[in-house]
Amino acid sequence: MKLPAIVHKFSSPRNFYVMSGKLIPWFAWPCLILLVAGLYYGLIEAPADYQQGESYRIIFIHVPSAWMSMMIYMVMAIAGAIGLIWRIKMADIVASASAPIGAAFTFLALVTGSLWGKPMWGAWWVWDARLTSELILLFLYLGFIALQASIEDPRNAARAGAVLALVGVVNIPIIHYSVEWWSTLHQGATITKLDKPSIHISMLIPLLLMAVAFKLYYAASVLMRARSELLKREQNARWVREIVANES
Amino acid sequence: MTPRQKRMTMVAVLIAGVGVFITLLLMALNENINHFYGPKQVLAGEAPQDHSFRLGGLVVAGTVERDPNSLKITFDLTDTAESVKVQYEGILPDLFREGQGIVATGKMQGKIFLADEVLAKHDENYMPPEVADTLKEAGMTEHQGKKL
Repeated sequence: MKLPAIVHKFSSPRNFYVMSGKLIPWFAWPCLILLVAGLYYGLIEAPADYQQGESYRIIFIHVPSAWMSMMIYMVMAIAGAIGLIWRIKMADIVASASAPIGAAFTFLALVTGSLWGKPMWGAWWVWDARLTSELILLFLYLGFIALQASIEDPRNAARAGAVLALVGVVNIPIIHYSVEWWSTLHQGATITKLDKPSIHISMLIPLLLMAVAFKLYYAASVLMRARSELLKREQNARWVREIVANES
Repeated sequence: MTPRQKRMTMVAVLIAGVGVFITLLLMALNENINHFYGPKQVLAGEAPQDHSFRLGGLVVAGTVERDPNSLKITFDLTDTAESVKVQYEGILPDLFREGQGIVATGKMQGKIFLADEVLAKHDENYMPPEVADTLKEAGMTEHQGKKL
């Protein structure tokens, strides 16, 4: 199977560098606007919950973070697979650049959940299937980062990381369905289900604003990280020298 | 096979292999991953008799009895089919109320479950208080459609 020519064109280091430089502001500015709007509507405009009162507002950080933790893992694994199969250097760089961002979102989801869990459930932490599988996701990210850091040759590091990322993909459906397959203390899905969302529209809108803002944040930050990694790896290439000469 | 197709096959085999392995593992461990037992399972003798386990269910309305001189409380826990009496002494989480889903850790003593920890299980419904009131007036419960 061959990849379409446009993929190769975009993923050539020089084109990627130039194109991503133009794309970043298109992600970063809408991200900032949506973030401000989402926080305003979520923390100030949205009504309190009938049962949890004001404490439920952590949902506006917790749920988008948890979604991102899984989405970024999928991006990382798919990029890893593309790097493994088609030997595209840019895919390897995107996978490596995604890992710390994904780890940060996973950590954020776990911490915000824990802060909410104490007053609502009565416990900071329980070993139910949802919490445990999300913790395993954090370890997968950290394992990926540590593994790549321990291998000097970038091609070998990318290959080893990609295999680890692909092995860990099995955890993603487990996280998502854990609340259905087993009895857990964590509640079931509110939005990511076939049924209609079980959240009032006044709370749903800020939640979705935050979710899109987080996605744009990831897009902007992964491109920034990939660009600087690219410059580091290609520091001796002619196109880098040309760009540096033009910019200085 | 070209080297690229070979690599593609290897990736597919890796994912499928790990997927099958983990599926079998989880199926074998199924019972142990469940966070709690329901009253029905407890009465059927599926829960451990000699050591502590977790019991989950809904607090039956009208069965909550508080001892006025201490933090002792008793209530019935149901899975809508069967119910078990629970005894607990301590501070309850904010969400504890009649009709609420809870998970209690403790041991069976005769027909009573002696809990040493009670956690509230929140459901996936979020709404403003006014909407909850309207639903109540319309004769629907707040916990309608809740699955435990």
